[in-house]
Amino acid sequence: MAEFTLPKNSTLIKGQTYKAADTATNIRKFEVYRWDPETAENPRIDVYEVDMDTCGPMVLDAILKIKNEIDSSLTFRRSCREGVCGSCAMNVNGKNTLVCTKAIDEYPDTIKIFPLPHMEVVKDLVPDMTHFYAQYASIKPWIETQTPAPSDTERLQSKEDREALDGLYECVLCACCSTSCPSYWWNGDRYLGPAVLLQAYRWLVDTRDENTGERLDELEDPFKLYRCHTIMNCTDTCPKGLNPAKAIAETKKLLVQRKLG
Amino acid sequence: MVNKNSRPTSPHLQVYQLPLTGIISITHRMTGVMLSAGLIFFVYLLYAILAGADAYQALQVTLQFWLAKLIYWGFIYALFFHCCHGVRHLIWDTGIGFSRETLNRYAIIELAVSLVLTLIVFLFL
Repeated sequence: MAEFTLPKNSTLIKGQTYKAADTATNIRKFEVYRWDPETAENPRIDVYEVDMDTCGPMVLDAILKIKNEIDSSLTFRRSCREGVCGSCAMNVNGKNTLVCTKAIDEYPDTIKIFPLPHMEVVKDLVPDMTHFYAQYASIKPWIETQTPAPSDTERLQSKEDREALDGLYECVLCACCSTSCPSYWWNGDRYLGPAVLLQAYRWLVDTRDENTGERLDELEDPFKLYRCHTIMNCTDTCPKGLNPAKAIAETKKLLVQRKLG
Repeated sequence: MVNKNSRPTSPHLQVYQLPLTGIISITHRMTGVMLSAGLIFFVYLLYAILAGADAYQALQVTLQFWLAKLIYWGFIYALFFHCCHGVRHLIWDTGIGFSRETLNRYAIIELAVSLVLTLIVFLFL
């Protein structure tokens, strides 16, 4: 059910401020969400002043600089630093994004960094992704076939068939879209959310897959699919420029077309 | 992991900057609820007409009050806005109008059209 306020243990308290050295002239402030599972304290906002003259251009560069030089206890996920692994998804100044591909200069003034919204926090900027991954597994994100594989070649696709996957295969499952969706916030236990539904559509339109009917049966559910109310936060926030809302609309269309026969 | 069961929920509505389409979406829902509630008054209005000249006169006087005017013009604007966004939903259902570049433009068109429709009613009433 929709709960618009944060539970008691999740409300924010004021944290510490880490001042930059007096010699620094080019300072940006970073307000960062912190929560330490080792203490009984509520989450807090720590403020870090970062010297931009010795910092890389991306938001991730600043976060790494904070961890390396100011406060080594800051905890977050990151890996590829080029937008293909999907690890460093966070909420920056009110929108979800991959901090490795987001330039600091795109924001004015203070930069506010939170974990992905409405998630259980493991520590600091690390949310628990268990449920999200379980939902992904539930749509069977692999090819399913009935016919035997050709003996001498792979299962081939025409150029046009392959093009149907453009705008879908690029998804890195960073969960920026799903955690931007109010419907997913209130009904995430049963609603699959934009990321998983885009992946589901990716397998519906793959010409090599032979289980389209069963996949549609699975999706035809008031919660799994139809909690999408076209709010469009997903498409607005996707750091890869993809369009989950469109994929969901196309899935709904496939279900209607099937009914009309 | 000392506190595993007391893991906090990360902030959502508190920090998220809804895009224009998101704001319109929740407004669509709220106007839907308010318009439904407003229908009760609409029924009262019909009743007053049926109940004869005196009842109608009393209603007319009430409706001249500035707050009443504000509410019924708000009702009319909300009605047109709700209708316009409903039309957008119908268009979306055909798979059209999803491109990122056009999202804000269509949202503004929607708001402008509902305003124009309200003005038309104002001018012809």
